[in-house]
Amino acid sequence: MTADALVLCGLYVGVLVALAIPLGNHCARVLAGEPTLLGKLLGPLERGMLRAAGVDPGAEMSWRDYTACVLWFNLFGLLAVYGLQRLQHLLPLNPQELGPVAPDLAFNTAVSFASNTNWQAYGGETTLSYFTQMVGLTTQNFVSAATGIAVLVALARAFTRRRAETIGNFWADLVRATLYVLLPLSLVLAVALAADGVVQTLAPAAEVELVQPAIGPEGQVAFQQTIPLGPAASQIAIKQLGTNGGGFYNVNSAHPLENPTPVTNFLECLALLLIPAALCLTFGKLVGDRRQGWALLGAMFAIFVPLLGLCVWSEGQLAPQLVELGVDPSAGNLEGKEVRFGAAASALWATATTAASNGSVNAMHDSFNPLGGLVPMWLMQVGEVVFGGVGSGLYGMLVFALLAVFLAGLMVGRTPEYLGKKIEAFEVKMAALVVLLPSAAVLVGTAIAVAGAAGRAGVSNPGVHGFSEVLYGFSSAANNNGSAFAGLGADSLFYNLSLGLCMLIGRYGIIVPVLALAGALARKQTVPPGPGTMPTHSPLFVFLLAAVVVLVGALTFVPALALGPIVEHLQMIGTHP
Amino acid sequence: MPRAIRPAIVLLLLLTGLTGVVYPLLVTGVATSLFSRAAHGSLMRSRVGTVGSELVGQSFSAPGDFWGRPSAVNYDARSSGASNMGPLNEDLHAAVRARIGALRTADPEATLPVPADLVLASGSGLDPHISPAAARYQARRVARARGRSEAEVLALIEAHTEGRALGILGEPRVNVLRLNRALAGAP
Repeated sequence: MTADALVLCGLYVGVLVALAIPLGNHCARVLAGEPTLLGKLLGPLERGMLRAAGVDPGAEMSWRDYTACVLWFNLFGLLAVYGLQRLQHLLPLNPQELGPVAPDLAFNTAVSFASNTNWQAYGGETTLSYFTQMVGLTTQNFVSAATGIAVLVALARAFTRRRAETIGNFWADLVRATLYVLLPLSLVLAVALAADGVVQTLAPAAEVELVQPAIGPEGQVAFQQTIPLGPAASQIAIKQLGTNGGGFYNVNSAHPLENPTPVTNFLECLALLLIPAALCLTFGKLVGDRRQGWALLGAMFAIFVPLLGLCVWSEGQLAPQLVELGVDPSAGNLEGKEVRFGAAASALWATATTAASNGSVNAMHDSFNPLGGLVPMWLMQVGEVVFGGVGSGLYGMLVFALLAVFLAGLMVGRTPEYLGKKIEAFEVKMAALVVLLPSAAVLVGTAIAVAGAAGRAGVSNPGVHGFSEVLYGFSSAANNNGSAFAGLGADSLFYNLSLGLCMLIGRYGIIVPVLALAGALARKQTVPPGPGTMPTHSPLFVFLLAAVVVLVGALTFVPALALGPIVEHLQMIGTHP
Repeated sequence: MPRAIRPAIVLLLLLTGLTGVVYPLLVTGVATSLFSRAAHGSLMRSRVGTVGSELVGQSFSAPGDFWGRPSAVNYDARSSGASNMGPLNEDLHAAVRARIGALRTADPEATLPVPADLVLASGSGLDPHISPAAARYQARRVARARGRSEAEVLALIEAHTEGRALGILGEPRVNVLRLNRALAGAP
């Protein structure tokens, strides 16, 4: 790892924390309904929207009602995206005259965006009209992220309430998260990106005269190049901030019109982790003990930083098989990477985008060195709790916190407590569900795919790397990440349906137990901390929490990883001592 | 009918209007009025018309032009894409061997190690840049084909090298289309 790479990573972490502190405070104020400047400005809009929907924002909901609202809202969002894709040829803003999207691909894309996964089995510039991208996808980018924040806030409330039957009002949480957090941040970022070259227009694609005529694969000669345009900056801003990740173009943020300079790259990369990091501090403030928020953030960094180091180091190397051919290894592994970013910034992005459940890419993970590819794969497999999705990452991490106090309680023979709530059988059962469901979906899904011809047909790389492509795909879908080892031909009936199902399990199979957990916690009495209570803001707890996440992730996935990236690494170095 | 259905539909419609219509149109309005050129793809115009986008690479293969990075989509910008080949893929090794062969054939006396970006394909297939090392590697071939001195070509490369932003972000790079146009004497 070079000094430059080290400085880049240090700068990234420093700026991230510096921005997360004020944003975390802001989120806590607006989500608790306290007055803010933005609230004065947009308050009438918030109240007007809720009134039009017939919602009394003060009306509290039980966990069952809250869950029902989440599910209905997401169902209608899913149907809307499906419908827009199927009917886009009849709708406006389709200058390239693209036809309707096939049913299985439309289903996959609708699930993908409603569930905050943003897996791309489609190529944006060749499949979706501007109208579908804006009205369908940009909207889901906002509301799926806002759904995550709402569920997190409901869980935070549950910790602060005693003998309560309710956990808040979903509609108020949803609208507040959108209006006061996601929308203002996106506006600022979108304009900044557009200023530095990200396209933003409703004009059709531009035709330019080539300096040298291009010869196509079938020998046809092209004198022109088509530059695809569109309202990209607005979508890219929220796809980064909302841990969505669905790119405007096929190659996502590797595309020079989606991510044209090192500066846009740094901004987009910061936006990947900004809200998930800030929400840790928001949580601390909401439960009335900021140290709790810092402890959660600390545990995330404790896992993130070493893996970042491994990935940056790995991509700084060039496979000995390529060095032998005469390639200069000093710039690292540049296959699938862009010159303007280089190996270090590409590895930083890959680690951040899979730590967050974002899944946007600025380089092709499929072409990473084996260990460089293992890092993003495993970060998804631990359940997207190291930063994770907006809202969803932290509620996942809180589930691990419950498991950590449970394990500590087992060791000393005491009933475990977290934030003054006794953790009992029901809570641990829900926590186990949250951990087991996506892991099972990854492993069972991968096993079915590699056992059958339909699954193996999608594989593009030979040998163990082909297995890695499938494992990566299911890890990504079931943990709502959305990045890919993109050699996998995922636009087939088998993958569209199986990965669509995994995305549904990974999203709603977690939201429902988490809200049930919130309901149970809200009903409990709060116990004051005694001399035997384990403090959950201490370095010891940060270590314990990080260790639980790492151990669960390792126990579940090392056997599968051993068949893919680990074997490939040994093959790479084994034949060239 | 469950009570959640009406607010679900009404709020989805209202939020679609706000985030799916008002927000992108607002950004479009701001971007096209303040940064019109960037918002429309950073197109480069000349007397004969639009010659390309400075952000989107084009294919060059004449000995007198600087060559860009290998592209999995042959710089067809209608559909971006990468090879997605893993580092141990034999097809990748064969492709790299062929690319090194082509470079050596075009300039048999080259002794410098082959810069990685010149023989490994980009992520987008549209990478507009090469590293300064990749440009210098080609300087002698280009100079000979154009009947210019190598020093002159190296100076042109130097003048077209963009450094890191803020001294740390990104990698030094050369825009291939701009360099080739400067080489051809375009203003």
